Amino acid sequence: MFHTVRVALVLALLWLLLSGHYTPLLLSLGALSVLLVSIISRRMDLADHETFALQFGMALPGYWLWLGKEIVKANLDVVRHILAPRLSLSPTLAGIPASQRTELARVIFANSITLTPGTIALEVHPGRIEVHALTRAGAEDLLGGEMDRRVRALEGPRQAQA
Amino acid sequence: MIALAFEVLAWVLLSVGAVFTLIGGIGVLRFPDVFTRMHAASVCETLGAFSILLGLCCLGGGGIMIFKLLLILLFLALTNPTSAHALAKAALHDGLRPPVGTRLGKDGE
Repeated sequence: MFHTVRVALVLALLWLLLSGHYTPLLLSLGALSVLLVSIISRRMDLADHETFALQFGMALPGYWLWLGKEIVKANLDVVRHILAPRLSLSPTLAGIPASQRTELARVIFANSITLTPGTIALEVHPGRIEVHALTRAGAEDLLGGEMDRRVRALEGPRQAQA
Repeated sequence: MIALAFEVLAWVLLSVGAVFTLIGGIGVLRFPDVFTRMHAASVCETLGAFSILLGLCCLGGGGIMIFKLLLILLFLALTNPTSAHALAKAALHDGLRPPVGTRLGKDGE
């Protein structure tokens, strides 16, 4: 119940921020949508996994900054390959170790890999992510494991293993 | 003065976004196969889209508009890699094998 109320509050806040129209008709329509979405998300059992998302909240902005920097670097690298007079690609497949405990963290890791130009996550297995890289250097960068380590750090200090 | 600075910054970001989107498009044409072409396309969807959105943030008056644009940016950052992953996985499962020079790391299966 607590989760559902929180979902409703966040949704209502979002609606008020985004709408900008505060007439009785639109407000009641907004309230109706908030109610509907809360009920649906409760029935879908989404609320349960949410505590988890909040745990991530604190460390996430720092990770985004780092990821943004990596994305810019990777972009410049891919652009260099696109504009090179002769194509000098070395497409590489690599199995990247993924040491995250939770599914959500593994998804964040896989999405970060794909978001960075030059590497795409093909398959996600427990403990390992299959990656296609535009160049051998890109795959070796990932194998270096810095991104893996940073995503694992998002999970917070290791608690007692469940 | 500050308004002018923001306007200049906005146009710089918009131009950068346009240039990167163009280069990404050139890459899609030049690269040899689906997988490498996806790498080129992701230049458009990351730096291209992000700097255009940030440029619009600088132009847009008012906090609500900036908030909305940042929200769009967040959703793009979440959905882009998800759809790219789905596309790559679908291509792989359809039997398309990427032409690869090397295989690194732990082997699966």
